[in-house]
Amino acid sequence: MSFREEHELHKRRFGRNLGVALVLGAFVVLLLGLTVVKVTRGDFEPESVRIQSQ
Amino acid sequence: MSDASIHSQAQENEASFGDYFALLKPRVMSLVVFTALVGLLAAPGGVHPVIAFCAILFIAVGGGASGALNMWYDSDIDQVMSRTKSRPIPSGKVTREEAFAIGLTLSVMAVVMLGLATNWVAAGLLAFTIFFYVVIYTMWLKRWTPQNIVIGGAAGAFPPMIGWAAVTGGISVESVLMFTLIFMWTPPHFWALCLFMKSDYKDAGVPMLHVTHGRAVTRNHILVYTLILAAVAVGMAFTSVGGLIYLVTAIVMNAMFVLGAISIWRRSDEACAADNHKVEKRFFGFSLMYLFLHFGAILAEAALAPYGLGGW
Repeated sequence: MSFREEHELHKRRFGRNLGVALVLGAFVVLLLGLTVVKVTRGDFEPESVRIQSQ
Repeated sequence: MSDASIHSQAQENEASFGDYFALLKPRVMSLVVFTALVGLLAAPGGVHPVIAFCAILFIAVGGGASGALNMWYDSDIDQVMSRTKSRPIPSGKVTREEAFAIGLTLSVMAVVMLGLATNWVAAGLLAFTIFFYVVIYTMWLKRWTPQNIVIGGAAGAFPPMIGWAAVTGGISVESVLMFTLIFMWTPPHFWALCLFMKSDYKDAGVPMLHVTHGRAVTRNHILVYTLILAAVAVGMAFTSVGGLIYLVTAIVMNAMFVLGAISIWRRSDEACAADNHKVEKRFFGFSLMYLFLHFGAILAEAALAPYGLGGW
């Protein structure tokens, strides 16, 4: 148990770090979602393969 | 002042996450998100919801990044004007270098990601929007010509066009008209604000129209732009994004907007001072609703179209 009161500055720094972490985490999830959608739709397949599958 | 006190003062002023977010001009970003969303949903065809979400997000990030670059370049005049004094750079929370780095990084990221998520036409338009706002408007026109807000307004008018391009991969009459609607709306909206705001543009050396040419000329300009805007807004009703809902909205809103512009045009400085710019304030408030309802009507037409109710 800590008896030292947390300084306001540390709270602010923690908030900033948490904010950056959440933004980066959300970006990773977004990229994953985007990749899944693109791959399942066949967006990355060559034109010849796409024509064959139609 | 001791080293310790300088150090503690610097720490007191250390930025929070919100200060970095404020660099992206969240209020401007909300308009960007709304108009880009309408452009995206009104476009013929459709995109996967995840791709649509990514497109809107990256358009918003690109818009926010250009806001950060604007704050980086304009930090000298932001310090002088009371409206902008509390922004992250003039208040000492964020350094100019940080703002520049954030703005540039997010700009590149937003353009590349939009290109990968949708297409390179949309990405190119976003890149041009950022370039236009930062270089053409902020660095060049803003401090040079009283028509700054007219030409600079183009930067805020691109988002629906980008949203449209994200779906169609191109530019069309409808997307150009949506661009023109915001482009013509910006001058009367902003000049009305200039008429009643305590102006400190003069101290900052920014040549705003009411400072260089006077308030009477500004009133004339408001009326002329409002009349051209009305023609564009009503004309858009007869394109593929229009319909009965949009036509009725456009007729009512533009009649009221033109009447408001005429009221402003007929007023004298004495009359304005006597009622504390009541008419100008009302016109400014109405201009926000004007834009929201026009794009809201386009959205309603697009949303009702699958049920045979929207469009012509």
